[in-house]
Amino acid sequence: MSVAEPLPVETTPMRSEAPGEKRGAGWFVRIVVLVIVVLWIIPTLGVLITSFRPESLIDASGWWTVFADPFQDAGWTFENYRLALDQGGLGNAFLNSLAVALPATVIPIAIAAFAAYAFTWMDFRGRYVMFVAVVALLVVPLQMALIPILRLYNNGAIIGGRYVFPDLDLVGTFLGVWLAHTAFGLPLAIYLLRNYIGSLPSSIIESAKIDGADHFTIFWRLIIPLSVPALAAFAIFQFLWVWNDLLVAYVFLGGTQQNRVLTIALANLVGARGENWHLLTAAAFISMALPLVVFFSLQKYFVRGLTAGAVKG
Amino acid sequence: MKTSSDDAAGATGAIEEPPPTGSQTVFLSILRVVGALAIPIVGFGVLAVAFDFLREADANRFLVVGVAIVIGVGGVFFLYWGMNRVIEFLPARYQEGVRPYIFVGPALVILAVFLIYPVINTVLVSFKDRVGEEFVGLDNYRFVFTDESMLRAIRNTFGWIVIVPALGVSIGLAFATLADRLRRGEAVAKSMIFLPMAISFAGASITWRLIYSFRPEGFGTNIGLLNGIMTGLGQDPVSWLDIKPWNNLFLMVIMVWMQTGFAMVVLSAAIKSIPDEILEAARIDGASELQVFRRIIIPTILPTIAVVTTYMVINAMKVFDIVFVMGSPETRGTEVIAERMIDWFFLSNHDGRGAAIAVILFIAIIPVMIVNIRRFREEEAIR
Repeated sequence: MSVAEPLPVETTPMRSEAPGEKRGAGWFVRIVVLVIVVLWIIPTLGVLITSFRPESLIDASGWWTVFADPFQDAGWTFENYRLALDQGGLGNAFLNSLAVALPATVIPIAIAAFAAYAFTWMDFRGRYVMFVAVVALLVVPLQMALIPILRLYNNGAIIGGRYVFPDLDLVGTFLGVWLAHTAFGLPLAIYLLRNYIGSLPSSIIESAKIDGADHFTIFWRLIIPLSVPALAAFAIFQFLWVWNDLLVAYVFLGGTQQNRVLTIALANLVGARGENWHLLTAAAFISMALPLVVFFSLQKYFVRGLTAGAVKG
Repeated sequence: MKTSSDDAAGATGAIEEPPPTGSQTVFLSILRVVGALAIPIVGFGVLAVAFDFLREADANRFLVVGVAIVIGVGGVFFLYWGMNRVIEFLPARYQEGVRPYIFVGPALVILAVFLIYPVINTVLVSFKDRVGEEFVGLDNYRFVFTDESMLRAIRNTFGWIVIVPALGVSIGLAFATLADRLRRGEAVAKSMIFLPMAISFAGASITWRLIYSFRPEGFGTNIGLLNGIMTGLGQDPVSWLDIKPWNNLFLMVIMVWMQTGFAMVVLSAAIKSIPDEILEAARIDGASELQVFRRIIIPTILPTIAVVTTYMVINAMKVFDIVFVMGSPETRGTEVIAERMIDWFFLSNHDGRGAAIAVILFIAIIPVMIVNIRRFREEEAIR
């Protein structure tokens, strides 16, 4: 029966008893967190609910009214999705987005991985200068590059009457978009991967070398398997970026019905049918579906990769 | 055999070989250039031939995607592997001199063509006329700094780069700190905040149009959430996106919504990396939670806050999609620099002016670039 015993319990009622265990949260903290979370999901929730309501009801009452009567008269329907995929041409746009996003994710990773390895573990003149140049390119606004690249694609580059870059007629082709996205993604990819590869212990590489492995074997057998978290993180980042990109696809692939990607189809819908909420919301959700799946299933890598790069600085 | 020359810990790369003769040096340089160019050109050729049929309309997209992935992953690695084999036929003294260029070269070639060349080209075009033929001196720049709409764009962009990072970082920091204390549900709460990062600007703009939606009296029920609240409170509905200058703020809110998650995740990781002993020690010494936050947590994660803020500033500077998709920036007075640039390039078809705006944007980002490089050098010094 010590006098001191009840004291800490009273003064620190919310603190955990065991050191290292998570400290408890008061009602204030919980409420603030809850409020922010609710504020953050309301916009998405509105789209989700609206996309399942029949057109007539969407127009007649706000989406929040379904909470008053969620079962009887809400009239949930999949019709909007059918219409969006069909009329809105979103089915085709979805495939186009896929055809743009997957290669535009994979190609820069492959190229950046080799470069990052060389920048970290190979010795050559100009290594430092080259890498600083790559870091500097991180901040070039990609808008600046669009027109010159468009010209290259259309006309090639002629210096002194000779083609130094041939006229390739790449506008409106997937290849043209892949290359552009590859270039725009490379600086970040090289930077992140080099950070990661540079943090691997050099003793592994040294011992592989002593065993007679050449650079290519070390890279392929050792570095790539060890770098999977970083590769995955960048892959998710680049995939989300390419999938959600409007500008690059618009400039290099164009907005024709046949070529356009999801984001362009969405923007067109907004322009043409600004008040057709049943189509717009369903279309918006179709465009979000794949990124959300990717995001939630690979969230762990994404967060880990992002923080590995940023917290270090 | 000197492995030390390959040691990555060695800072600079003096290759320890007998000094090559003049002709050898030339030969080596040629090999390096050829090596660097080979993979991009061959790779491009293969892709171009393989996808020539894409120009025809109805190629099966699933097939296309499949082939693209196989070539993209498999092909690229195969190319590097092939080049690596080719090098092995070279005399031994050339091998290690050329190999790094095979690894780095393709990336540098692509960056040179797609980023460095465009920067130079844009600077040149910014001094030329509408179609990029005649030099017009500083006319385009004069336009950029006198045109009413451009001046508004510059002012608005300034607002974006101040307000968006400020709001995003402070909400992100507050949320990271508070969520860190939850016993349960921290992961769920965090992913809800993070979720908008996975959404495109185009999708987000639809989401937010539904919030700001406005219908004048007699044009049906207001189905926008904000106006729903207004009418619920007995007020008149408001056309949110037409109130100058607050409509700028309403657009910024969208970007804050999308990017706070990023700030929150990175800051949260930084907070969790602070050793518990330090925090506990401060608490035992009688520091209040607010003091712990202000005197320990904030100073410790200050470098991370700087990184996140920089990232968000750059993004805010380049913002285009939100303003563009939400519609009629010129009549609403919500122009931003990047949006003006696209407008002049693609809608008003004046390349010179578009390029001048791009150059202004680039110059504005240069300080960030310098900070970036300086930070990298500091990191290098620590390594």
